[in-house]
Amino acid sequence: MIFLTRRATFSASHYYWNPAWTEEKNMQVFGRCANRNGHGHNYTLEVTLAGEPDPITGFVVDLKWLKSVIEREVLDAWDHRHLNLEVPEFAATIPTTENIAIAAWKRLEPSVIEAGGARLSRVRIYETPEIFAEFRGEA
Amino acid sequence: MIAYFGRRYTISASHRLHTDELSAEENRATYGKCNNPHGHGHNYAVEVVVAGEVDPETGMVINLATLDEIVHALVIERFDHSNLNLDPLFANRVPTTENLTRQLYSLLKDALPAGKLERVRVEETENNFFECNA
Repeated sequence: MIFLTRRATFSASHYYWNPAWTEEKNMQVFGRCANRNGHGHNYTLEVTLAGEPDPITGFVVDLKWLKSVIEREVLDAWDHRHLNLEVPEFAATIPTTENIAIAAWKRLEPSVIEAGGARLSRVRIYETPEIFAEFRGEA
Repeated sequence: MIAYFGRRYTISASHRLHTDELSAEENRATYGKCNNPHGHGHNYAVEVVVAGEVDPETGMVINLATLDEIVHALVIERFDHSNLNLDPLFANRVPTTENLTRQLYSLLKDALPAGKLERVRVEETENNFFECNA
């Protein structure tokens, strides 16, 4: 089994806020991330597929294809956007790094399944070079 | 759903790889430059990965502030700008990065909620790293 990873970057703004909580509790739990004017990051997205190399091409998947899927499914929707205000999956879900990793998985998985062959193995999102979250499709 | 949250920290520390179980010649043959008598140092990168359900109220596996507090108290304050050989953990244990990684895993596992710690990775330099997950 070979694991192949494609990296992409996008820039977006967000804030953390649970509408069921008071302002005080939001500030206590989320700190500066709860600032209602939002803030932004340069995110790095790593998409890992697992599969066997094709005996003819030697590819697990064509990286050009994977790049186009990431652009179409994720970057076109998220890059230079305010995640809370402009991205439907975060209308009622806090765009934490964890939830962004899960949302990226949900956006990418149908195209990977449709293509057949390699399976989606891992999605990792770096919010900064020091902070990342991962989703591996586990229930 | 299970997700993973990772955070990188750095500690600068010195160490000397040496064991009294081996002769001076054997120590030199085994550890090479790392056996030089006065030690040397590294900027270690410590990557801590926790696993768990994403809390529906917070959207988080763990609050970064909580993780930072634990890692600062148990790892950064203890080991940053220290000589690893002088720490009681390494009184009878060579402070290789393998052993450091395992000790950090053990310290953090006990401090984090049960089942949370997924992996500790320690990068000794840009070109070598060690991971422990049990």
